[in-house]
Amino acid sequence: MAILRNKLRPFGVTCYVALAGFFVLAASTAYGQTPNSCLDCHAALPDPLGVSQEKFSQDIHGQKGLTCASCHGGDPTSNDPDKAMSRKAGWKGKIDRRQIPQLCGSCHSDPAYIRQFNPSLRTDQLDQYRTSVHGRRFAAGDTKVAVCTDCHSVHDLRAPSDLRSTVNPVNVATTCARCHSDAAYMKAYSIPTDQLAKYSTSVHHEALTVRGDLSAPTCTTCHGNHGAAPPGVDRVQNVCSNCHTFQAQMYEKSSHKKAFEGASLPGCVVCHSNHGIGHPSDAYLGTGPEAVCKRCHTPGDKCDQARAGLQSGLNRLDEAIKGADRILGVAESSGMEVSEARLGQDQARASLTKARVTIHSFRPDLVDQDIQAGLKLAAKDLQAGNEAMVERNHRRVGLGISLIAIGIVLAGLWLYIKKIETY
Amino acid sequence: MQQEKRIAPRRRFVEALLGSGFLATAVAFLYPVLRYLVPPKAADLGSDAVVAGRVSELKPNSGKLFRFGNRPGLLIRTSSGEYRAMSATCTHLSCTVQYREDLRQVWCACHNGRYDLNGRNISGPPPRPLEDFEVQVRGDEIFARRRRET
Amino acid sequence: MSPLRNVRDWLDERFGWDDLVAPLRKKAVPLHKLSYWYFLGGITLFLFVIQVLTGILLLLYYRPGASEAFESVQYIMTQVQFGWLIRSIHSWSANLMIFTAFAHMFSVLFLKAYRKPRELTWVSGVVLLFLVMGFGFSGYLLPWNTLAFFATKVGTEITGQVPVIGKPLMIFLRGGEEVTGATLTRFFGFHVAVLPGLTTVLILLHLLLVQHLGISIPPKLEVQWTANPSARREMKFFPNFLLRELMAWYVALAVLGALAAVFPWNLGVKADPFVSAPAGIKPEWYFLFMFQTLKLIPPRVWFIDGEVLGVLAFGLVALLWLLLPFFESDQPSRTKVWITGLAIFALAYVAGMSVYGHLAK
Repeated sequence: MAILRNKLRPFGVTCYVALAGFFVLAASTAYGQTPNSCLDCHAALPDPLGVSQEKFSQDIHGQKGLTCASCHGGDPTSNDPDKAMSRKAGWKGKIDRRQIPQLCGSCHSDPAYIRQFNPSLRTDQLDQYRTSVHGRRFAAGDTKVAVCTDCHSVHDLRAPSDLRSTVNPVNVATTCARCHSDAAYMKAYSIPTDQLAKYSTSVHHEALTVRGDLSAPTCTTCHGNHGAAPPGVDRVQNVCSNCHTFQAQMYEKSSHKKAFEGASLPGCVVCHSNHGIGHPSDAYLGTGPEAVCKRCHTPGDKCDQARAGLQSGLNRLDEAIKGADRILGVAESSGMEVSEARLGQDQARASLTKARVTIHSFRPDLVDQDIQAGLKLAAKDLQAGNEAMVERNHRRVGLGISLIAIGIVLAGLWLYIKKIETY
Repeated sequence: MQQEKRIAPRRRFVEALLGSGFLATAVAFLYPVLRYLVPPKAADLGSDAVVAGRVSELKPNSGKLFRFGNRPGLLIRTSSGEYRAMSATCTHLSCTVQYREDLRQVWCACHNGRYDLNGRNISGPPPRPLEDFEVQVRGDEIFARRRRET
Repeated sequence: MSPLRNVRDWLDERFGWDDLVAPLRKKAVPLHKLSYWYFLGGITLFLFVIQVLTGILLLLYYRPGASEAFESVQYIMTQVQFGWLIRSIHSWSANLMIFTAFAHMFSVLFLKAYRKPRELTWVSGVVLLFLVMGFGFSGYLLPWNTLAFFATKVGTEITGQVPVIGKPLMIFLRGGEEVTGATLTRFFGFHVAVLPGLTTVLILLHLLLVQHLGISIPPKLEVQWTANPSARREMKFFPNFLLRELMAWYVALAVLGALAAVFPWNLGVKADPFVSAPAGIKPEWYFLFMFQTLKLIPPRVWFIDGEVLGVLAFGLVALLWLLLPFFESDQPSRTKVWITGLAIFALAYVAGMSVYGHLAK
């Protein structure tokens, strides 16, 4: 028995140490947390009263040390529900929707307060909100419009840089669509609800979600976030020009700008659409289903002829580049070295891109300049490809000559062998 | 006697054939080898360095594109006369960037991306800086060299 | 006197030329149904000479070192006059030579030319085969392209699997823990100095032995001809067999030229150690049968790691292959039949696994 006890003793000591350690660990996790007795009950309650500790630990306010009482009032240190949720302690209960912007703004519009947490965080969100369509309707008494918590979520509110945040660029469109794609919800308003559907087909959406390019525009890029409003028919060009500067510069000086403004048409959107912006193609200048010019212009008139000229110019350059590519490909697969010409092809393709951008000036003479430059480059590369093929043929001829010489040697050897072995 | 007469011309034919064959193949083999031994005119600098331009080519506050291996490079002469060289492939969507004299910055026409004169991306979509090259001026030639890994 | 005679006399007075050359005049090659297989050794030697010559030419422009190797090969292919030809011949001839070396080995195996007293010829030959594969492995890395880089990585990794000595051996081969520019420098040293030196010595030994022992004939035929000496058919090596050998060499030249001109060897993409390996990386065809075997072995066999087992198995097979003649001498004929059977299996295995490895993803 004594032996067993001796053997068990180290085991027992370990158990006590482990238990003590567990308590220390548990206590230390609680250290630094401001007491928040609300979650003790509310974690176990079902929706809509339920907020788990896990959920709130994701919330940036919780992480910065704020508690439920910071917004809801009450006494978070007390375990007694009556004391914790007493009006005397300032308990507000469920925040009425109409109070939300004011409530959030009570901290977020106070620069001195926010400076304590993040000095570079903006504090004009509430002001901006008041200028937005949401804000203006809200002030007029509409409670269906978005308030802070509709976009930012609540109780698990994350910083926008967090990929899981509802206002992270990759998630913005889904967040806006919660209302704006709900036809039943938006029935009272006179705006369409197909924006997300259209945007999902767009080249910007692809850049954002497939390529992961966070610089690609989403709803808030063009409409603003807190001050969300459509840019206005006469301001569309300004919005697009933030990235597409060259096209905007060309358009600014073009005949179409005056024409569109005069007809109150929304600039870039007329040809490129606003939400469903697809990858533009030369077919826009054609006569098929994708053609945009024919929506306004009569077939056969002066402008239509110019359009045909533009399209044929672009096609010509495209064909020239493809032709040079083809022959360079054949040369390369035959083992010829054509990397210089391939680089030239990159420049030719850049000329084609530039020509397509110059379309926005609606000046055939300017477009033609770019096309001619590109054609010259493509012609040079085609020549390089042809020269490579000539060199390839030279090699084959050289091979043929060597093979003939070898054939002669073989014939000679054969005959010589026959000769010396026949007596 | 007659047999010998028949053999003699045939022997000469075979020997002539063999001899000419050997000569032809020897030439066919030696010609490429001899051409090979002569060094080509274009010196081999390896992947690390290229001649980006000549001293007389660039005015201050101007830039030019040059070929670095299989990609374009940008050589800039700043307004103070210094030379800078960097890759000219934009890190956003691979368009070729250019030097803007009015902005004194490197600019990408595709989506308005901007880089400073050290190649650092400072505005717009580009997510990374442009790879910058070491510049060395030797005589009349300006060399751009890839930075050595330490 | 003819000028040739004058030269011969001059050499004879100084080198004992006539005595040196006399055995060559007597050298004879047995003639029988399977005599054509005798060409393979000579063709392999010829291709080796081609390799040395084109290799020396390439050395004039090639620069070893991670930052320069690829570009120097690119320079050879694009700027140097006929550089594409020299380099393509070197690459094609390398592959052809490995093929003929294997074929030569298998023909010797099936013709049982390794029997006493030719055991050392076989041993030197098998070592030469290993050296030739070492040439292939080291030379493949020299252009420093992606495929070669990762093939070397995988190949040296497998070497590291050998128990006890594997890791130090891998570090020795790689010149460090990883494949880097140091590996390239090392492989270059192996490829142009160490391996050529060893190979030259062994070729000389191999040829001396062949010269001294004469050319072997299949066992059944030997029995026949010993019983009936008048039935023996022979051809003088010099000039008759040599002339035929010369024809084979010119055909080989024609094949090489055609391959080099119509299918020039490609450059690939410069190696970047930080890029992940492309999918489906495979070694060159002459290593495929080993590679495919290793892929098929389950991860664990009993308590041994599968790959280690595979590597050890191949090591054992290599050792047995080297010592094959010593297993067969003075054995009953049943053992000899077994060995023939194993030889057939080996050929089928190498061929089959190579094809399988090529077709597998």
